[in-house]
Amino acid sequence: MLTFKHGTIEIVVDEDGFMQEPEKWNEDVAKALATTEGVEELTPDHWKLVHYLRNYFLQFGVAPMIRKLCKETGFDLKKVYALFPSGPAKGACKVAGLAKPTGCV
Amino acid sequence: MTEKTQQELVQIDYAPPARDWMDPRIDFVARRGSWSYPGAAKNLRYLGFPNPRDWSPEDADWKLPPNWQQIIHDGLAERLGKYRSLKVFLDTCVRCGACADKCHFFLGSGDPKNMPVLRAELLRSVYRKDFTTAGRILGSIAGARELTPEVLKEWFYYFFQCTECRRCSVFCPYGIDTAEITMIARELLNLVGLNINWVIEPVANCDRTGNHLGIQPHTFKDNVDFLVDELADVTGVRVEPSINRKGAELLFVVPSADYFADPGIYTFMGYLLLFHYLGLDYTLSAYASEGGNFGLFTSHDTIKRLNYKIYHEARRLKVKWLLGGECGHMWRVMHQYMDTMNGPADFLEAPVSPVTGTRFEHAASTKMVHICEFTADLIRNGKLKLDKTRNDHRRVTFHDSCNPARAMGILEEPRIVLNAACNHVFEMPENTIREQTFCCGGGAGLGNDENLEMRLRGGLPRANAVRWVHEKHGVNLMACICAIDRATLTALVEYWVPEVGISGVHELLGNALVMPGEKPRTTDLRGLPLAGMEGVADV
Repeated sequence: MLTFKHGTIEIVVDEDGFMQEPEKWNEDVAKALATTEGVEELTPDHWKLVHYLRNYFLQFGVAPMIRKLCKETGFDLKKVYALFPSGPAKGACKVAGLAKPTGCV
Repeated sequence: MTEKTQQELVQIDYAPPARDWMDPRIDFVARRGSWSYPGAAKNLRYLGFPNPRDWSPEDADWKLPPNWQQIIHDGLAERLGKYRSLKVFLDTCVRCGACADKCHFFLGSGDPKNMPVLRAELLRSVYRKDFTTAGRILGSIAGARELTPEVLKEWFYYFFQCTECRRCSVFCPYGIDTAEITMIARELLNLVGLNINWVIEPVANCDRTGNHLGIQPHTFKDNVDFLVDELADVTGVRVEPSINRKGAELLFVVPSADYFADPGIYTFMGYLLLFHYLGLDYTLSAYASEGGNFGLFTSHDTIKRLNYKIYHEARRLKVKWLLGGECGHMWRVMHQYMDTMNGPADFLEAPVSPVTGTRFEHAASTKMVHICEFTADLIRNGKLKLDKTRNDHRRVTFHDSCNPARAMGILEEPRIVLNAACNHVFEMPENTIREQTFCCGGGAGLGNDENLEMRLRGGLPRANAVRWVHEKHGVNLMACICAIDRATLTALVEYWVPEVGISGVHELLGNALVMPGEKPRTTDLRGLPLAGMEGVADV
């Protein structure tokens, strides 16, 4: 088990730093995880994306299709990468406490 | 991992190292980027697989069961009894070396243990020691090795550095199927809890929800509904797929990435358009929601366990036959294992195309037809109205996916579809296509990011051929019929040939298909402007 520590935050993560216990996610955890993605400050646009992902995950149990994410947040892929440099799956989903998708993806 | 530049990656040293090949030691820290993370304990526990624990290949102690040597020995003995092919493959190799330079991982890495002959020898040497008289008596002189912890670690490294693509087998004068040797080696490794998470997590998800991604029924429906909306935006036609509908004529099974990931979703949209055009009486299933089967990369028992749902769901839904989508390794399972593992499916009927009346004789036993066979038959019978100019913004080449090409012989059908749908189709060199096709470098569960350096190395021969066809013919899109390909080739060309994109075959068919009642098309299924429509399209 790998543990990620940041300030008072202490969470179990996988080798790439994705949360292993997504139910323990909260906004402070998101801020801590964002530092591993080179995002020092979460702006309202960051939060819009993170909350969209979080709510989708709570409803559907997985990450959304990227095309759907873009359509429903109104952010194009370029904007998503500008917010989270490692992209929607590796960056934004990590900060929102989602698991890493596996398989033919 | 420090990322290597292209110039660093192409400096491949083919001179064999001075070290004896029997020396198994591997520095896993130095070789980061060429191995995959181990299977997570939670997934092994979920599946009831042996030895769930936290470990890393970089640890000195891999936390094996105390009697691990006995477990491997007994496991090999059992398999030698069960699979005659294994014994034949282990006994007949004369080490002629015809396979040596046919493996994409050897070509891209220069590591001699990626020569298929030597990779197999890693297992064969232990077989000699434990199961042949010469090996027992003469030891290393007869090419025999003791199974030490270092040898086991070497197995883990190299048998998860084979994509089971079977290109080497095409060139073997004895027809030795090295993929089967890798499959058995991985089975043995699994017995002591050595596996990789990129395989084991999809297996666990598949066992739980029916698909690799862990998509539940309500999510499945939501994804399909979204793609239906997208299609309506592009074409003005609202298609009406059904899910879990009893009494449909056929059940259509796809790889889950087709209703989740770019660019597979556009292929899925192509399927839906085609079926709507034909008025096909079909259903999707939220349970048989994965054609792929990572059991193939785990063990025979796991293949059977994950494949069971296909016939089970066909029986429950009372369909007559099965149609399958553009997935690669799925077809090795459907074509070569499903019937004997989970059949006979005598409650189904031999597949007959309801549109052309063609009887798919070759599928009379499995009852499952490949979508490219189905569509090629429609085209041959003149049943589709296609406007090729709607793919004129694309100059297309075709990557034969390993399993459909070499395990099933699907060589002509996708080309029939592509040539009917596109004006500009160009082939890569002949020693890189059809049965000689080069692997994407990320099949058999190796398509993860931590293994990226090895993927880019293994994919280099394919990328090199793509570079050639791009420079010679201006190709800007490579079509393929495999979901792993669509994921891994995307990363591969982004690195080696960024001018070229990746698509499925039925995406291009969907672009060209002239739907009754459609609105004038300005974009393709991705929303990109068609040729001549660059200023018009609402992108």
